[in-house]
Amino acid sequence: MLRNAIIAGVAVFLFAGSALADITVEITKGGVARTPVAVVPFGWQGQSADIPLDIAEVIAADLQRSGRFAPIPEENMLQKPTAGAELDFDDWSFVKAEAVVVGRVVQTGENAYDVSFQLFDVFRREQLVGYRIPASRGTMRIVAHRAADMIYEKLTGIKGVFATKVAFVTAERRQDVQTFRLVVADQDGANETVILQSTDPIMSPAWSPDSRRLAYVSFENDRSSVWVQTLRTGNRIQVSNKPGINGAPSFSPDGRQLALTLGGIDGNLDIHVLDLSTRQTRRLTTHRAIDTEGSWSPDGRYIYFTSDRSGGPQVYRVPAAGGTPERVTFEGSYNARPRLSPDGKRLAMVHLDRGNYRIAVMDVKSKELLVVSAGQQDESPSFAPNSDTLIYATRQARNGVLETVTADGLIRQRVSSGQGDVREPVWSPFPRY
Amino acid sequence: MLNYKLAAITLMLALFTGCASNTVPDPEPTDTTYDAAGSGADTDVYGDDPLGGGEAIGDDYSAGELTNIIYFDFDSSEVRADFTDIVARHALILANDSMIRVRLEGHADERGSREYNIGLGERRAQSVRRMLMIQGASASQIATVSFGEERPVALGGDEDSWAQNRRVEIKYTN
Repeated sequence: MLRNAIIAGVAVFLFAGSALADITVEITKGGVARTPVAVVPFGWQGQSADIPLDIAEVIAADLQRSGRFAPIPEENMLQKPTAGAELDFDDWSFVKAEAVVVGRVVQTGENAYDVSFQLFDVFRREQLVGYRIPASRGTMRIVAHRAADMIYEKLTGIKGVFATKVAFVTAERRQDVQTFRLVVADQDGANETVILQSTDPIMSPAWSPDSRRLAYVSFENDRSSVWVQTLRTGNRIQVSNKPGINGAPSFSPDGRQLALTLGGIDGNLDIHVLDLSTRQTRRLTTHRAIDTEGSWSPDGRYIYFTSDRSGGPQVYRVPAAGGTPERVTFEGSYNARPRLSPDGKRLAMVHLDRGNYRIAVMDVKSKELLVVSAGQQDESPSFAPNSDTLIYATRQARNGVLETVTADGLIRQRVSSGQGDVREPVWSPFPRY
Repeated sequence: MLNYKLAAITLMLALFTGCASNTVPDPEPTDTTYDAAGSGADTDVYGDDPLGGGEAIGDDYSAGELTNIIYFDFDSSEVRADFTDIVARHALILANDSMIRVRLEGHADERGSREYNIGLGERRAQSVRRMLMIQGASASQIATVSFGEERPVALGGDEDSWAQNRRVEIKYTN
């Protein structure tokens, strides 16, 4: 009876499931000058009176949230052109815009649209980029994010991540019953979708390199097991259910293997590698200390992990093919949950900083460590696929909320959600179109 | 006979744990009643006939009179001196009936990294498991699971709450 209740406590949702309240974003720190840009409301040519989506608003919000741009309010615009030919650069110099985005949406079928946009440099009076992208009502928001990505990259030289997603776990307590949810949302908080709900803990989500699957730990039936769930279908497969701990999954860059933590009946946590097609596991570490939180280097050669073999937790790495672990971090008494940036240049971790657990970023070459968060219990750093920004969980009062910070620590912002205690954010790879 | 043994243990456990509720005991016990009951029961457990002084009161050994929660110090998986007797009593229950099964649920406080805290909770559960096995329980009777910081009992962000969350819960599963 109890067992049935526990099984019934796990519910799987398709990725297209019900959307929850949007995440709102507040900026908590901005250490760099924001470039003024104008994103002019898009023109509309179609059957209905109103444009299906305010694309200019989506683009402006993306640029604003990057922390590097200050969009000019619509009421300050002296003209509202929808194509480059209508631009009067003097008007935009006057309102001190350094760049202007104009565009329009043209309906071409019942559920078919062409979204076009152009980006202009006001000083040089020239077009920097222009595109026309076909869209449907369902894809229009992601098309707007892709436009923002192209604009952002043109203006900063950094790839935009506005079309990516973030997965995270929420926990909500009502009358002593905790409900855990695994949630996937667009990086701006839109389209928040629950993909798994359980009365038992859900932990450690990890994206597959193709962004189509999530690995995670579930405690259904009062024991830990590792699952891989396909987002589109909701189909979930239990890939590790050994005696003792099954935890901390991390996909290899080719998506064929998972690094895992297995504890066994005697509870000796070690890093193992599971081949997802043969289901064979290979043990990589053997130390009697806690070895956990394995994470692949982007080139697939190493697995970085946390070990307390020296006393407190520190970051080590071991060749993925097997070999001798070597210690990577030496600064401070507590360094855990290592995550390498996709370009391999930086290592993010949880670092004990004068009594506070904070996110630190280490330059892999110089070994220089920079604390980039300011909370007391910050955790779960995860790099955006452009290696420029990280997302992590911090506390606001007693609840977990999400923040992003640039890897140089200069721009930090809060991403807060109304859905209880938010934790363990993981940023998706770039989508594959 | 079996029921009698269990009942006898239950009585002793009840004597010992009657004063210890499921809240955090004072780390430096000053409660004389608590101490007296503890040392009184000690001689029964470690005497030649550990069940000699018992009296049947029923077979509800897992019904909740026995403290099932072992608390730990910060950054430690060592069973504190004030809990060794409690663990010993659970060991006795297991040693006396090989059919009895327990699940040791290890927990950590909320500080630090979540998966590492799973490791710390497991280390605490294993510490209790070893103590049970040294005193006669067999490996097949004991399962461990670590919930790390995922299942706190106290929700505050202070040392008092953290102390209540650093624990191993001994759960009888049959």
